[in-house]
Amino acid sequence: MLAYAIRRLGQSLFVLLLMSALVFIGVYAIGDPVELLVNPMADEAERLRAAAALGLDRPLLEQYWSFLQGAASGDLGKSFVFNVPALSLILSKLPATMELAFVAMVIAIAIGIPLGLVAGLKPDSFIGRTIMAGSILGFSLPTFWVGLVLVMIFSVHLGWLPSNGRGATVLVAGIPVSFLTADGLAHLAMPAFNLALFKLSLLVRLTRAGAREAVLQDYVKFARAKGLTQSRVIGVHVLKNILIPIVTVIGLELGSVIAFAIVTESIFAWPGTGKLLIDSINQLDRPVIVAYLLVIVTLFIVINFVVDVLYSLLDPRVRLGGASAAH
Amino acid sequence: MSAAPLLEVDGLRMHFFTKAGVVKAVDDVSFRVDRGQILGLVGESGSGKSMTGYSILGLVDPPGRIVEGRIVFDGTDLTRLDPAGWRAIRGNRIAMIFQDPMMTLNPVLRIDTQIVEAVLAHADVSRESALARAREALVRVGIASPDERLRAYPHQFSGGMRQRVAIAIALVNGPDLIIADEPTTALDVTIQGQILFEMQKLCRESGTALVWITHDLSVIAGLADEVCVMYAGRLVESGPVADVLERPLHPYSRGLIDSVPSRNERGRPLHQIPGMTPSLLSLGPGCPFRERCDSANGACRESPAITEPQPGRRLRCYHPAA
Repeated sequence: MLAYAIRRLGQSLFVLLLMSALVFIGVYAIGDPVELLVNPMADEAERLRAAAALGLDRPLLEQYWSFLQGAASGDLGKSFVFNVPALSLILSKLPATMELAFVAMVIAIAIGIPLGLVAGLKPDSFIGRTIMAGSILGFSLPTFWVGLVLVMIFSVHLGWLPSNGRGATVLVAGIPVSFLTADGLAHLAMPAFNLALFKLSLLVRLTRAGAREAVLQDYVKFARAKGLTQSRVIGVHVLKNILIPIVTVIGLELGSVIAFAIVTESIFAWPGTGKLLIDSINQLDRPVIVAYLLVIVTLFIVINFVVDVLYSLLDPRVRLGGASAAH
Repeated sequence: MSAAPLLEVDGLRMHFFTKAGVVKAVDDVSFRVDRGQILGLVGESGSGKSMTGYSILGLVDPPGRIVEGRIVFDGTDLTRLDPAGWRAIRGNRIAMIFQDPMMTLNPVLRIDTQIVEAVLAHADVSRESALARAREALVRVGIASPDERLRAYPHQFSGGMRQRVAIAIALVNGPDLIIADEPTTALDVTIQGQILFEMQKLCRESGTALVWITHDLSVIAGLADEVCVMYAGRLVESGPVADVLERPLHPYSRGLIDSVPSRNERGRPLHQIPGMTPSLLSLGPGCPFRERCDSANGACRESPAITEPQPGRRLRCYHPAA
């Protein structure tokens, strides 16, 4: 297990290094941030002074090297635009995004898996067909459009929910969260559901496919032949077997929900990292873009590691570290 | 034979209602099993023998449905039970063992979980005493170091060991009847012999009756008291195992017995029954075996009824072998 963790850590550091190099070169190729930062009326001397102040006058390799030196000590550079450390800028926005993503995933899991089970166990019933038809809608309707329709219905026509922004927050372990206040929940409901809809449909389909396959297995028939209740057969024998692909997808989707909540954050003016990233790209604020992507990559690495550990808990045939049990 | 059998299947019909038509998987099957008796249910693949077993436990999935007949177990007609009533019988008074031990145990649950849940489904006991019973059941089926084995997962067992675990699960609640659906077919011959021997011993010891479903007549010969031969969903012949094997009356039973390779026919080509099992979907009236039968004539266009040519022997044929 320890050797496995160390090997994973090594792989992860390599991925981070590669990622930072790619982003560094990519942003360098797009354009010169100095053009956007200094007054258009400024003369050449002023431009050079600004470039020198940001370290942009040096060759690319030299810039990258000093970035790596800073990164090794946890300093990912200062934002060109805000002149504050890029990492703390991202971390200040991250709780809002994380909260939105987690609530969205909880909605997707809490609704998606039960609906998928129903659709999988009763594939030909009216309710099973209705669930599948609904999931096709959830799959194919574009997120931004659903977001706008939600705002039209619940904010404009019914006036039940606020259309944008984050509600009142309270501090929990030093992190501001909004899902514990009524105002926060009201603000959270629409964007979270909007973000959840696609994942929910995905989970419905995945759970249904797994359940349909699992109920045909002999071990399910054997479990029934033992006289177990239907709820135990479904809840333990079927569910535990189909949970493996579901956990994988939940892990991957959680990462992508955090990383790419951009559309939903834009529609509902949610003050998260997605909006920050878009602004930074528009202004070629390289330290923030690089730092953001490194944070996201780290997040994916952590989530994948957690998924691997969950695998070994769910499926006894998977043992981390490659050592398998004797037959 | 006592007056009240443990299990009496009477005129059982179980049909599948598919889009392509009605499949009569079990079509008028009757037999009885007394306490402690071993009944062999023999037939080719698709003869309805497994489906008869599933019907007894109420494990037939839609579109299959029992359309007629009674399954009287210890005085109760099982076909009239509600789901909760079935559940109380399953795994408790009637247990079942399946063909492929690699598939019957749940791969992601530990052995102790899978045995204990069978105990707890029927007995109101603590987890500890359920675990003790599970341990005891493993010892009974001949599994060494049961404590260690209880904490293992199915993939850590060989096929024969898995089947022993499945048998332990079937035995754990001390059932009156076990339905064994070809439990040795997927195993090596040596393991097959062991399992057969153990099953026979355990059933004799505990007085458990056994319905042994198989296509293998040689298994039945050494194991069963009575045998029922099934063909295309129907019971074609039944009787004491020695009588039926020595003097089969139905042409199909005779064909089956002749198909078994034996030592004194060394070098001669094996006998085979010509033709194939008919599709149950397109089965018309009349004897389903007539297309493959040497003795068939015009009379076979109408279904023969069950007759009792000798005491204890039943037959569904117009042309019994002399």
